Amino acid sequence: MATEMVTNSAARAEVLRRIRAAKGGASDEVGVRAAWAGVERGYRRAASLERRAVIELLEDRLRDYDAHVVWVGRGDVAVAVGEMLAKRGKRRIVVPVGIAAEWLPAGFEFVMDVGLSAGELDGFDGVMTGSTVAIAETGTVVLQNVAGQGKRAATLVPDYHLCVVRVEDVVETVPEAMDRLASTAELPTTFFSGPSATADIEMTRIKGVHGPRFLDVVLTGEL
Amino acid sequence: MSGAVLDPTTSPAFPMAAKAAMGDTQLRKNVRHATEVIQAKRARVVGEMPDWQQLREAGKQIRQHTMENLDFYLEEFEQNCTRAGGVVHWARDAAEARQIVAELVKASGSDEVIKIKSMTTEEIHLNDALEAAGIRAYETDLAELIIQLGQDQPSHIVVPALHKNRQQIREIFQREMNLPELGEKPEDLADAARQFLREKFLRVKTGVSGANFLIAETGGVCIVESEGNGRMCLTLPETLITIAGIDKVLPRYQDLEVVLQLLPRSATGERMNPYNSIWTGVREGDGPQVFHVVLMDNARTEILADEEGRQTLNCIRCGACQNACPVYRQTGGHAYGSVYAGPIGAILTPQLQEMHHAQSLPYASSLCGACYEVCPVKINIPEVLIHLRNKVVKQNGLNTESLAMKTMGMIFRSEARFRAAQRLGRMAEAPLVRKDGQGEGWIGWLPGMLGGWTQVRDLQAMPKETFREWWESRGKNGN
Amino acid sequence: MLERLGHTVEFPAGQTCCGQMHWNTGYQAEALPLVARFVEQFKGAEAVVVPSSSCVAMIRDHYPKMAAEIGDARLIAAVEALVPRVFEFSEFLTKRLGLEDVGAYYPHRVTYHASCHGLRNLGLGDGPQRLLKAVRGIDLVEIEGLEQCCGFGGTFAVKNAEVSSAMLAEKTTAVLNTGAEACTACDNSCLMHIQGALHRQRTGVKTVHLAEILAGEEGAR
Repeated sequence: MATEMVTNSAARAEVLRRIRAAKGGASDEVGVRAAWAGVERGYRRAASLERRAVIELLEDRLRDYDAHVVWVGRGDVAVAVGEMLAKRGKRRIVVPVGIAAEWLPAGFEFVMDVGLSAGELDGFDGVMTGSTVAIAETGTVVLQNVAGQGKRAATLVPDYHLCVVRVEDVVETVPEAMDRLASTAELPTTFFSGPSATADIEMTRIKGVHGPRFLDVVLTGEL
Repeated sequence: MSGAVLDPTTSPAFPMAAKAAMGDTQLRKNVRHATEVIQAKRARVVGEMPDWQQLREAGKQIRQHTMENLDFYLEEFEQNCTRAGGVVHWARDAAEARQIVAELVKASGSDEVIKIKSMTTEEIHLNDALEAAGIRAYETDLAELIIQLGQDQPSHIVVPALHKNRQQIREIFQREMNLPELGEKPEDLADAARQFLREKFLRVKTGVSGANFLIAETGGVCIVESEGNGRMCLTLPETLITIAGIDKVLPRYQDLEVVLQLLPRSATGERMNPYNSIWTGVREGDGPQVFHVVLMDNARTEILADEEGRQTLNCIRCGACQNACPVYRQTGGHAYGSVYAGPIGAILTPQLQEMHHAQSLPYASSLCGACYEVCPVKINIPEVLIHLRNKVVKQNGLNTESLAMKTMGMIFRSEARFRAAQRLGRMAEAPLVRKDGQGEGWIGWLPGMLGGWTQVRDLQAMPKETFREWWESRGKNGN
Repeated sequence: MLERLGHTVEFPAGQTCCGQMHWNTGYQAEALPLVARFVEQFKGAEAVVVPSSSCVAMIRDHYPKMAAEIGDARLIAAVEALVPRVFEFSEFLTKRLGLEDVGAYYPHRVTYHASCHGLRNLGLGDGPQRLLKAVRGIDLVEIEGLEQCCGFGGTFAVKNAEVSSAMLAEKTTAVLNTGAEACTACDNSCLMHIQGALHRQRTGVKTVHLAEILAGEEGAR
């Protein structure tokens, strides 16, 4: 390994040398930051729709992806979750540490993910989590590794994902979402836009090759 | 072209390869269908965006700015990725990159790897190198799986198996997955792939990926995908090795807001692709605990040094140019003899070869500009094609074509020579002219290279009186 | 057509070629001298009208750069002054003169092909179609794949004859499917290409330049 590191610093030095030769010198931080700030950003960076329209757009887009979506009041999450799980015939659900207890209905088995392996995750009917932000325009829900959302494998291995989205976390555009995510940019982050899909066979969009094939969303809160 | 590795140093010249490809009726039908479908989807979701042109401009400026400060951003990425627990390696060329990856896989204690689709790994023929080192690489992207099991080569950046239809895919899966009863509906095929690969996802300890974007500000890596196999490879193994060209770096986290809008709409005609994963170094309890990034040059710095060719590096690998290209539509990707095909391939491949190979590729275009129109980061592909043609001409020196071109150049510089040439032209063509049913003069056969025209086209004979002659006689007669 | 509209037309006898063929094929050195020649031939013109959108694209997109490469200050200035006065034929009518109806008569079924340079480099938009729609007696049919390249591409037609032929086959099929008597466009290169196949296949369909249609008058041939 020691030899490799020595070789690699030679490679590193050479590549950087080539870059600087190609562009006529090294870049300095002050100049770079100023130049970046000078990039023209004429695209939309804020919402143009009213809040209700934003939420309805998200619902629309999610349904486009064949997700089941319901919008309930703050206190009615557990009931909605129960109905969705029953409709899908799911009983044994893994949940991340820190998920809101009041979201979990009785009559189902919720198991907290405390260091579960991939093999163990494979044995569940589905996973239920909260979310960090949702993007209405693209029908996207974003999860990060925080309390209530958990590690990435848990929303990957089970075949079904039920996601709770608070209306105050719904934004219209991608730039607004990136703004919200910026302060926790280093966390493992996953954007979900509908269930897994492929168009590799004759350009027909087929759902679910890997990852959950079914996604349901419970929107909660008042405007 | 099945089985033969797409190697630009040995691929046949485009005109020959295209001729062979165009004889494959199945291929042509599949390519036409696929490109039409994606183009229609792209047009729909781009048409929804009132700020699409502003996004393109921002995309272009961000990428340009990145290349202008590439050294700074690569060092910043390295610093932040390392701080978060990643290990960053540098590779000067393909050979070095292959060696580093093979050694890292060995060091991980695994003789198998699961792979996400990565054109970069195709570019450097990584799988062959791993095999030579006794490491089995499993492609997990459905299209790449089809390619791997079918011992084929990718023909498109985003939809690599676009040249295959469902029956062909079914035959491959039936044979290689031992599923004699397999149905031919796309759902059946996807299901077969799911079963086949799931056991590998849950078992194999080491993953290899490319990267869509390396974020300098955070040291993070972003992967854009549809199927979920990416998430499997990025999350479940103990060790992850990511290899990326140095052109993959993006300055800041905020810049994702531009590329994550441009890329899905351009590549697959979706408002957003199903999964985007962003991770930074190593996180306890979540994902691989050993993470390596291999930053590879492999002639990208050569392209950077060429002021006019440099914009080639701005590419975000969406494949929209391939879908829009009327030449690609006829030939598919293999005819370009490289993993990068279509318009971007025509400019990237020769430059990655430092113009020693693939010299026919810059000419594999009618310069129609459809690619430039759809490029999300406004790479002026026609301009770069012309620039590369100039490089090829300068390299090739004296030959029949250059002599003819020089002669015509001289003719165009003088009125007298131009008039003489018109007279000469009339004389020279005379033996070739035949009158058609309407009494008009047409040429149905031309010698040598010009015969390419008359294969399927007639050429109208020069008029009895040129415009110039008519104009001048009109002046005299005062008509 | 221009004279019918009351303009005075001049034809500098020494004009030869804009240099597009050389430039696009990679023979930049041979193309450079043609910039000065063009400027010399057309200096002082109030407007230079070119019945070829690809030539205008060459002049508009490349001459300023080429002049800068040559480095001659006077040439650079001359190009800067001249280029804004260079127009493709249809855009001269629609943009410079603001016309749509030019008093033409052409009682035939016609379909229009959008040449790539006119469409993408010059942004002609629907200018040519508006001019055509105003022609008396015309039966204008829209072609499928209007914006699809015909496959000419200059030397591409010969250097990649196979692909060029395949692209042309799709275009001629589209032309024939319109049932038109003639296919028109703003570029003779496209028309020569399309006509080459239409004639070879003895389809009885011809090509005709936009100017020929707009010059059509009642009582004429």
